[in-house]
Amino acid sequence: MSTAAVRLGRQRSRSRSERHTAWAMVAPTVVIVLAVAFLPVLETMWLSLHHSTASSSLSNPGGFAGLRNFSALFSDPVFAQSLKYTAIFTVVAVPIELVIGMGVALILHRRFRGRGFMRAIVLIPWGFPLAIAAVLARLMLQSPFGILGFLLQQVGLISSSSSVLSNNTDLLIGVIVVDVWTSVPFIALLLLAGLQTIPNDVLAAAKVDGATPVQSFFRVTLPLLKPALLVSLLFRTLQAWAVYDLFYVMAENNIKSLSTYVYQGVINGDVLSFPPATAAAVFTFATSLAIALVYIKGFGVRTVQDA
Amino acid sequence: MSTQFEVSAVRRSRAFRHPGGAGRIEPGHHAAKRRQRVDLVLWGGVTVILLSVVLPLLLVLKISLEPPSALNTFPHWSTLLPHSLTFSHYTTIFKDSQFLGSLKSSLIIAGATTIVTLLIGGPAAYALSRLRFRFRTTIMAGILAISFFPMVAIIAPMFIQFKELGLLNSYFAVIITDTVFVLPLAIWILAAFFRQLPPDLERAAKVDGASTLQAFWHVIVPLSAPGVVSAAILTFISTWNEYLFANTFLFDASKWPVTVLIPNFEQSRLVPDYGAQAAAALVVTIPILLLVLFFQRRIVSGLTAGAVVG
Repeated sequence: MSTAAVRLGRQRSRSRSERHTAWAMVAPTVVIVLAVAFLPVLETMWLSLHHSTASSSLSNPGGFAGLRNFSALFSDPVFAQSLKYTAIFTVVAVPIELVIGMGVALILHRRFRGRGFMRAIVLIPWGFPLAIAAVLARLMLQSPFGILGFLLQQVGLISSSSSVLSNNTDLLIGVIVVDVWTSVPFIALLLLAGLQTIPNDVLAAAKVDGATPVQSFFRVTLPLLKPALLVSLLFRTLQAWAVYDLFYVMAENNIKSLSTYVYQGVINGDVLSFPPATAAAVFTFATSLAIALVYIKGFGVRTVQDA
Repeated sequence: MSTQFEVSAVRRSRAFRHPGGAGRIEPGHHAAKRRQRVDLVLWGGVTVILLSVVLPLLLVLKISLEPPSALNTFPHWSTLLPHSLTFSHYTTIFKDSQFLGSLKSSLIIAGATTIVTLLIGGPAAYALSRLRFRFRTTIMAGILAISFFPMVAIIAPMFIQFKELGLLNSYFAVIITDTVFVLPLAIWILAAFFRQLPPDLERAAKVDGASTLQAFWHVIVPLSAPGVVSAAILTFISTWNEYLFANTFLFDASKWPVTVLIPNFEQSRLVPDYGAQAAAALVVTIPILLLVLFFQRRIVSGLTAGAVVG
């Protein structure tokens, strides 16, 4: 055997052993991801086709129900309301967050004294647990002693401080405000990272050619930011659609989101609430997937890095 | 491509209006005025950002420092500043075994999830970013897809399974579900980090006869502190903040992490104790605030690596 052939053989066995090692290294992740994410999603679908309860088992999930759980779900006014509130929440909160996040990113991109400090300050709301942020909001709005309720009343935004946590519209506004507070940092950071990749000479060229700041923002900066904008939109839309903490803590029983609807049904666990909850879980999953696909296929968000 | 197109479009439209590029010469005072206006916008913006972050925290700090009697008076302009200060709410919560227990639960859940995530996700991220094998991109896409899953999509069957296995109301149930949902972020951060290491780092070790695993352990792992720190901090923060799984799988108040205990704080007492609740809310956020302030740059680089994956 020639030395070249020996080397080739050694390389082959080495790359085979590399493949085996690679598989060994990803195996734990693959196993846990299949067992605790992908399989359970299929099991939720399986449960949603049966008259199951929290005390049934996966092998014996109760009588076959066909799509009856789904028809029960869609005729449930509480679910219709959860869907409505979740949709309003997502459609209102995410664009507001995007616009404010853009503004914050533009400010933090400028050079000024104390910029490093401001970048740290902006991160604080992001680090806040959503459930705790909701508690803080509740403390400030709590009737009749809430200080924020009082301030809003003074500036005439609400009629009486006692109504904030009892009126559904005010409650939804409150939930959106807290979501904006905690989510703007994430968007601002992504957009700031995007802004930093725009070469200075591109903007300088636009300026030399006499473009006003507004013109160069809309015609140079924004098109170049499109990838970062779409990625933050994708993540934020999906997070908003699955919102749980804010609705559950701030609006416990008054207004529901899709996720708190599912949670309540699963926790109640009886034959009346468990089956529609599994159907609602399937609905939430399918709609989330649809939203992701629209962004990825429709707008061309690139998510998986090429080899 | 599109950059050049956009710039040339701007250039063309301006050239059309200002033949000879006369538009770029501005009278001195004009430019100064514009700079002044921009400065005003900049500092106005900075002030608004600062206030909107700090004011809510100050208001809650005020609630946490006021004697209980102050909480029972109706708010008024004169009550915006506290009249008298007390640390009694803080002594209350630090004597409260339930609150101390919830800090311990949060530490156990977030700590264990971080360790498990790094132990499982680290090797996976390495294989996915630096080794060649079949289905590599499929596995990457599958892991990424989990970050699109709503968490409620799995709670019904997991509830049933944990019950059958006797794992309901155990830390394990929360740790394993939390792990799966933070794995995508951790793997993405680590993979982005491994990818930017020089390509022939391991090659030298392999020429000397090291196996792939040995090369990973002896060459890559010692170099990966920055990536591991980013991944660990983000995993820890997002698990410390996690609420849905903990609220679903843990019934026993003694096992509740802080995110579950504090929203129920006032109900667990005969008289609602808002002062103690405010104090507790601030105390449990302090570790997170410290992490955020100290590791700001690690967090930002981790978040952008984790999200901007294109």
